[in-house]
Amino acid sequence: MRIGTFLRPALTLLLLALVLRPVWFTPFFAPFAPAGGPVIYERASLLSLSISHLGLVAAASAAATLVAVTLAILVTRPAGAAFLPLSRTITNMGQTFPPVAVLALAVPALGFGAGPTLVALFLYGLLPIFENAIVALSTLPPATMEAARGIGLNRWQQLLRVELPLALPVTLTGIRLSVVIALGTATLGSTVAARTLGEVIIAGLLTNNTAFVLQGGLIVGLFAVLIYDALVQLEARLVRRTGG
Amino acid sequence: MNAKGSAGALSAPGILFAVLGLAAMLAPFMTLAANRIVAGDAIVAWRLAEPGVTLPGLLSLAAGLALGLLAAWPRIRMAGAALGLAGLFWLLMAGTPHLLAGAGEYARVSPAAGFWCLLAVFILLMSDALGNLAPGPLARAALLIAALAALTLVLWSGALSDLSIMQEYAGRKPAFIDAFVRHLGLAFGSLAIAGVIGFPLGILCHRRAQLRGAILPVLSFLQTIPSLAMFGLMIPILGWVGQTVPGAQSIGIAGIGFAPAFLALVFYSLLPVVGNTVAGLAAAPPVAIEAARGMGMTQRQRLLRVELPLGLPVILTGVRIVLVQNIGLAVIAGLIGGGGFGTFVFQGLNQTATDLILLGALPTVMLALVAAIAMDILVDLVRTTPEATA
Repeated sequence: MRIGTFLRPALTLLLLALVLRPVWFTPFFAPFAPAGGPVIYERASLLSLSISHLGLVAAASAAATLVAVTLAILVTRPAGAAFLPLSRTITNMGQTFPPVAVLALAVPALGFGAGPTLVALFLYGLLPIFENAIVALSTLPPATMEAARGIGLNRWQQLLRVELPLALPVTLTGIRLSVVIALGTATLGSTVAARTLGEVIIAGLLTNNTAFVLQGGLIVGLFAVLIYDALVQLEARLVRRTGG
Repeated sequence: MNAKGSAGALSAPGILFAVLGLAAMLAPFMTLAANRIVAGDAIVAWRLAEPGVTLPGLLSLAAGLALGLLAAWPRIRMAGAALGLAGLFWLLMAGTPHLLAGAGEYARVSPAAGFWCLLAVFILLMSDALGNLAPGPLARAALLIAALAALTLVLWSGALSDLSIMQEYAGRKPAFIDAFVRHLGLAFGSLAIAGVIGFPLGILCHRRAQLRGAILPVLSFLQTIPSLAMFGLMIPILGWVGQTVPGAQSIGIAGIGFAPAFLALVFYSLLPVVGNTVAGLAAAPPVAIEAARGMGMTQRQRLLRVELPLGLPVILTGVRIVLVQNIGLAVIAGLIGGGGFGTFVFQGLNQTATDLILLGALPTVMLALVAAIAMDILVDLVRTTPEATA
């Protein structure tokens, strides 16, 4: 990825400028704004929206990772094996539920605001992590597991020192998928009155102000692409270290 | 869960279902509200109607959960799930008229948490039992058709037409059918265009490693852009096209509406189509390619007779991913005037009318589930009889 070496810092700088100094872009967005209408979104600071957006995603993804990995560990133990086929079914069926529908269905149950968004992000975020963690934990090389038993590690030590480190790269792929979906779903969260960057896009759609739509879309898109890229880099580094 | 001693005879998931199901039976089964906006009063299952009416329903729920415990007989567990589902709909059908009687002209009844939880429990019980039975693709297709027929019959019979969500439907029948057609048009149309572009692109990528290295990362970045941003970014682009290209507006290309939603869906579809085509073509074992070359096949013959048939299951899996994903994403078209079930979802969110949200969300979920199951069946059919596809 040689392109990445200069594209990555350039896009990061562009994103920072868009969030911190939106006024700089007035000439660029002006042609898209309706005559006499506002060009730059000023109802809330873009920085605070970004922080609230990323905060929602981080909180939901952290909780989802914790719960999903714990569940995956449980169903891959001998005692939980009876639940393994069921958990596969649940992840398969759950992932056919559209994220928007999960969000919309959370509203009747929980009302408007950050609450339903957080719950939808958490529930939906569980599935890819759980799925990948199960795959990783149930396809460990048998020779390595045999060796771990052979050198006298007990079950806890096997789990903590052998299984989890080996399962980390594949689990991280699941976390990346989950974070990307969460970023997108959080954007939609502004339709249920959560404070996220989607607010800018929605405001643009409601007032026919394409400048807002473009501004919000660029910021959200850049965040997603850069976070995705950072997680891909992290995975590659981990794979290199574990020799997987 | 103190059934450790008899774990051999009792299904562990069955015990979980029984515990969850019994708990859900204590939760409110339906709500009765004075109109479509206000919050309703919660009513538990045994207070829905007089005991003579609710008792058969409650008993079949309990019997269904009990039958689900028998680990050794997956067929009986299936029957238990079917019995439980029948009990659920019995309670719904019996409760609705009883609750509405004398409740006022604008009164609305809806299923509540208890109903939805029990529905989930019985559907999971059914799929758990099905997983043990492992029926072939044709048997699964028959089951899917039977389930859809049963659902159609229940809806068509009018026994549920007093439910709030069905009243929302009754008030918007033409709009609902229009949204349904639009939704399918968005999901399948964008899949078709993505196929026309994606399959040849995938074949090219398969042959040229350089092209593959350039295109796949770009497509996966496109995939990460949040849907609302993608739909939004299409608006200025297509608005510009609509204004500058002569004749574009007359075929419906404009900044708002169907066109930007459609284009956004095509972009999202490209990665799974191209990626899985490349993976499918690469899955042909080298020995088979070698043999084909030895027989004197040209590159084109190898592609059509060896690589494509062998890669078809993987390629179809890509189509499944696209279809399920697009059915879900098409909801967002409702925000930019593109039609589809999203129209109801977002109208409902604006009016805080829960049943309008459900009228949009439930058919979307159903459509996505049916598409996923049907495509899984198709992938299995192709996998077991590769010669039938050549």
